[in-house]
Amino acid sequence: MHPLISGFHADEQRRMLELLGDLQWSAPLLSRRVFLQSAAATGLLLGFGWLTPSSAEAALPGAEGAAAGPLAPNAFVRVGSDNLVTVICKHHEMGQGNTTGLASLVADELDADWALVRTEYAPSDVKLYNNLNFGPLQGTGGSSAIANSFLQYRGAGATARAMLIAAAAETWQVPASEIRTSKNTLTHASGRRATYGEMAVAASKQAPPANPPLKSPAQYTFIGKDRSAPRVDSPSKCNGTAMYTADVKLPGLLTAVIAWPPSFGAKFVSFDATEAKKVQGVTDVVEVPEGVAVVATGTWAAMQGRRALKVQWDESTSKALDSDALLADYRARAAQPGTPFTKPTGASAANATGKTIVAVYEFPFLAHASMEPMNCVAWLHDGILETWSGHQFPSFDHMFAAKAAGLPMEKVKLNTLVSGGSFGRRANSWSDFTVAAVNVAKAIGGRAPVRVQFTREDDTGAGLYRPMFVHAVKAGLDSKGNIAVWEHTIVGQSIMAGGPMAMMIKDGIDPTSVEGVDKSVYNLPMLAGSLHSPVLSVRPLWWRSVGNTHTAYVMETMIDELAAAAGRDPVAFRLALLEKSPRAAGVLKLAAEKAGWGRPLRPGVAQGIAVHESFGSFVAQVAEVSLRKGKVKVERVVCAVDCGVPVNPDVIRAQMEGCIGFALGAMYYGEIEIKDGRAAQRNFDTYRSLRIHEMPRVEVHIVASNEKPSGVGEPGVPPLAPAVANAVAKLGGPRVRRLPLTRAGMVEV
Amino acid sequence: MSVTLIINGTRREYEGDPNTPLLWVIREDVGLTGTKYGCGIAQCGACTVHVDGRPLRSCSAPVSAVADRPVTTIEGLSSRAAKAVQKAWVDLDVVQCGYCQSGQIMSATALLEQKPKPSDTDIDHAMAGNICRCATYQRIRAAIHAASAQLAG
Repeated sequence: MHPLISGFHADEQRRMLELLGDLQWSAPLLSRRVFLQSAAATGLLLGFGWLTPSSAEAALPGAEGAAAGPLAPNAFVRVGSDNLVTVICKHHEMGQGNTTGLASLVADELDADWALVRTEYAPSDVKLYNNLNFGPLQGTGGSSAIANSFLQYRGAGATARAMLIAAAAETWQVPASEIRTSKNTLTHASGRRATYGEMAVAASKQAPPANPPLKSPAQYTFIGKDRSAPRVDSPSKCNGTAMYTADVKLPGLLTAVIAWPPSFGAKFVSFDATEAKKVQGVTDVVEVPEGVAVVATGTWAAMQGRRALKVQWDESTSKALDSDALLADYRARAAQPGTPFTKPTGASAANATGKTIVAVYEFPFLAHASMEPMNCVAWLHDGILETWSGHQFPSFDHMFAAKAAGLPMEKVKLNTLVSGGSFGRRANSWSDFTVAAVNVAKAIGGRAPVRVQFTREDDTGAGLYRPMFVHAVKAGLDSKGNIAVWEHTIVGQSIMAGGPMAMMIKDGIDPTSVEGVDKSVYNLPMLAGSLHSPVLSVRPLWWRSVGNTHTAYVMETMIDELAAAAGRDPVAFRLALLEKSPRAAGVLKLAAEKAGWGRPLRPGVAQGIAVHESFGSFVAQVAEVSLRKGKVKVERVVCAVDCGVPVNPDVIRAQMEGCIGFALGAMYYGEIEIKDGRAAQRNFDTYRSLRIHEMPRVEVHIVASNEKPSGVGEPGVPPLAPAVANAVAKLGGPRVRRLPLTRAGMVEV
Repeated sequence: MSVTLIINGTRREYEGDPNTPLLWVIREDVGLTGTKYGCGIAQCGACTVHVDGRPLRSCSAPVSAVADRPVTTIEGLSSRAAKAVQKAWVDLDVVQCGYCQSGQIMSATALLEQKPKPSDTDIDHAMAGNICRCATYQRIRAAIHAASAQLAG
């Protein structure tokens, strides 16, 4: 165990013993887990106070703060008589900063004062809040929030501004063209002056212009202006007042934990709630389609009740699933061609007279492990259903909630809150957390609002993983060291199959299984790609950057290996293949230049590089890596990103930093093994996450661009692991073809 | 047997099971929800509070263990070091999803109260028990140094 990890374990133990010393509990060094179990075993809960309705109502969840009308020219902005500007955000905030981004788009065209800008989250209404990149669907994913909103939200701000100007012109009897706007204030050379708040009522009587002119880039006040629009959610997230699903307070709110199937696909047989119902605070034990829900006045009581609950499951077929066996099966499939997704148009295998590399790559199941375990509050009242949650895909959650409740969609109201991370987990085509809450609310007859709370173990063990993938590649050079053959077979579950997005599967190819190999930035006309999409009892899901999590690794490590085989510099070798992709070449050159590519480094340290396009953004990273006694340590990462117009540079930097740490944690440790049909890793002790002492120094360089903006929430993930792996190989380490690195004992755990 | 709690300076009697983890009492009995549940096994630090001014993972501490001891949650932070930490966190826009940040701020504050000028190694030791899945670690480190500079200035 890493000394820091064992250190904080020891500190915790010592602290606990110190505290418990007063209670004559000081004897042996009990592990916390044992301690909690024994604590649980000793205790009946002696009642559990709950918030009084009055204080609960006072804390009804809201957003970051919202101004009232009167100027509400469209679904995205309101200007209040109190001079506050409210931006209604159609996208889900899970940390990626899009709330700030959307607000800055409106604020820029409106010439708003950032200090007076507030945000709130939109209701579920696909007609108003459609994702223009992939609708009809209200949802956040594919790093599309700013990309699809760029003109829409600017237009919304420009409309409001035009109406304020028109109102001032009318009131002051001056030409509209003579009115200036800045920081929520209208002024005229005559000395007349009014705040937006003062003009809001008059502006609300103006007709919204059809196509208000938008600013030219030279006129931007927030867009691209570093630190001009700090995060709107920083203060509330630094003082504990930010409202997450876990924090929703409602009168009489109950909490449920569910006894989920113990293995993927286990069938419910029966349950005995006798002991569970003896736990003080447990109010109901009810069968739901998901399993058996233990409902209580508080979370701890519900957890204790579930511990006491006895459930019979039929695991006669479900226990067979095993990730080692699966891997062997995938390897066998990868040896056979699958359904083609791209056919060679260039050179043929006959030209591969140079070196040929045959490699099989293996990628594990990965859990998202967002800090906030899944949860949702559902309340059936007055003939309607209300939910509170981090509804990342409101359109799906809305539809599935209505279906589960047996209500028409117009009788279902979603209240979307910020979520404590998602990384794709809350964007699922089955709305598992939402539907579970609705099912429990129904099962208790709508008697009270109820929150279904996943424990960390429930969350990690629930499936919906980044699916396991195996790639088999045979790539060869011609006599001049150019790539002549590239045969690429991919094996892994289709994420889209079986869900509402299945229509995206064309000719048997789920695009999310092959993105990044298919339509690679490189000019590889010889690439022959095929896909096998096995079906399993464990559900797959997108995980931050989706298919690119594995395809970029294979492409970028194989390209690197081919460059080495050709005796060429990895940057030069790539650039020769990027003639048709100037933006990819641009970030590659920028990252290399800023990292000092080729300069001498300390002994035992090397740089590796990778570049990848995902979701329309181009990212290159240089990883500076040390390899000592076979252990990998990433010391520094230089990242170059081209995401079109950089709307909020500091948010872009933050996303690149976060993507790098997230990807590195997965590369080091991330693996869900399936044994006896269930996840073997269920909490942060075994499903390790990157910690502060493992975070490399990160430098981010943003390409100045007037291209249409594209996303940043995901594209920083794909290049990291291959850049690190390429550095390891340069240091004389193995070409790592199986992740995570702990598999080969290459990380100090 | 009731347990006397002193949370953010307010004394109250807790009548429930003394083995209930402090986290759930803070969140659901006292109603202070800035302290978060992340793992329940003292692995992630989202539930970090101060007891006697030092950090404790409240998810794994029975409420009885803090009887008659001053407990501080994110809502009750008031020291000079705490204010410097919170200001640095906002100034540098450390947060992303924010869910772990109460715990990060509690750990960072306790560090600076003990060591106003921490080294990077001190920071590693004090903060290694707090996971951030958004990996805001670089900014956490920078914000601790910034808060330290502010305290010195």
